[in-house]
Amino acid sequence: MTATAEVSTGSRGNQPPVPDGAITVTLKVRRFNPEFDDEPRWDSFEIPALPSDRVLNLLHYVKWYLDGTLTFRRSCAHGICGSDAMRINGVNRLACKVLLKDLLAPKGKPTTITVEAIKGLPVHKDLLVDMEPFFEAFKAVKPYLITYGNEPTRERLQSAADRERFDDTTKCILCAACTTSCPVFWTEGSYFGPAAIVNAHRFIFDSRDEGAEERLDILNDVDGVWRCRTTFNCTDACPRGIQVTKAIQEVKRALLFKRV
Amino acid sequence: MSESLIIAKPRSPRRPAARRSNFELHSWLFMRISGVALVVLVLGHLFIMNVLDGGVHRINFGFVAGRWASPFWQFWDLAMLWLAQIHGGNGLRTVINDYARKDATRFWLKVLLYVSMVLIIALGTYVIFTFDPNITD
Repeated sequence: MTATAEVSTGSRGNQPPVPDGAITVTLKVRRFNPEFDDEPRWDSFEIPALPSDRVLNLLHYVKWYLDGTLTFRRSCAHGICGSDAMRINGVNRLACKVLLKDLLAPKGKPTTITVEAIKGLPVHKDLLVDMEPFFEAFKAVKPYLITYGNEPTRERLQSAADRERFDDTTKCILCAACTTSCPVFWTEGSYFGPAAIVNAHRFIFDSRDEGAEERLDILNDVDGVWRCRTTFNCTDACPRGIQVTKAIQEVKRALLFKRV
Repeated sequence: MSESLIIAKPRSPRRPAARRSNFELHSWLFMRISGVALVVLVLGHLFIMNVLDGGVHRINFGFVAGRWASPFWQFWDLAMLWLAQIHGGNGLRTVINDYARKDATRFWLKVLLYVSMVLIIALGTYVIFTFDPNITD
């Protein structure tokens, strides 16, 4: 192993000219490089930015012009793919949906923004976590259409009211912001977590699906919905505005009254 | 070949098949119902013992003996004892489930919890039913 990994410059060379109206903010990033660090450490960067910039722009600025070793996920950068969920100022958000103007300190005081990896999943490097336990829980609730008997010759029809029943939970983009905001998931990683329950809800309450009972059985177990303490962190964290805690309550109610 | 490529996933839980048990459902339901019952039982108890008729100053052996002469108050205190013990014990069980990291820690904490619950319930029930108001020293 050579020491070349400690590069202090960004991947795109010199810094671009500072635009008019830019303010300098401090970005504190919780870093961890498994090859060098025993413990995570905090790095601070001074960044010129516009109030209309997103936190993702600040991270790009660091990676492109200040420190190319900064590691994070992002794909679409427009709140659709769910790659860049992270803890911004202590709450889970998508970095591509948080605007700097909403984080500015009042009355022109210096602004510091903290960015950490989402909690409860193993950190690979910096803001990059191992999503496998999260997807394992997602897969365990069978998030696909289950039907029995002969396939219909036409498409499976559904009334608008039946579609409305699970509309909210179809919005999930699997960013893990909800699951990694859940205190039960932080301390006990075997809990299915809000995202898995949301995706189970999407099929349990779908009139075309016949696998509700299997999924309800899975969620009735020790690591299922009864572990939810209704702290509402998940509802607050969801970048798609899904009423996550409400969806979990609906699954509880379906189990309680044996009725979907 | 594929075996050797699997990376260890420390927090990936081993997820056994669903046990088709309604235990967690029933314990969740019990917490709600016993919680409501305890509000009535405990507040009623506190009111009788501390507020009514001069409150705490009139409590002595005779006062307790007089109350426990009635099956109603025996049942009241018995229900309060059992519900409080099981409600609190079940709450601690979920706390242990949430926070114990190692299986051995979880097991021994729960053993301690269940033993203390059984002891206190047994002792309290024994006292309520065998209480002798004519006891002399």
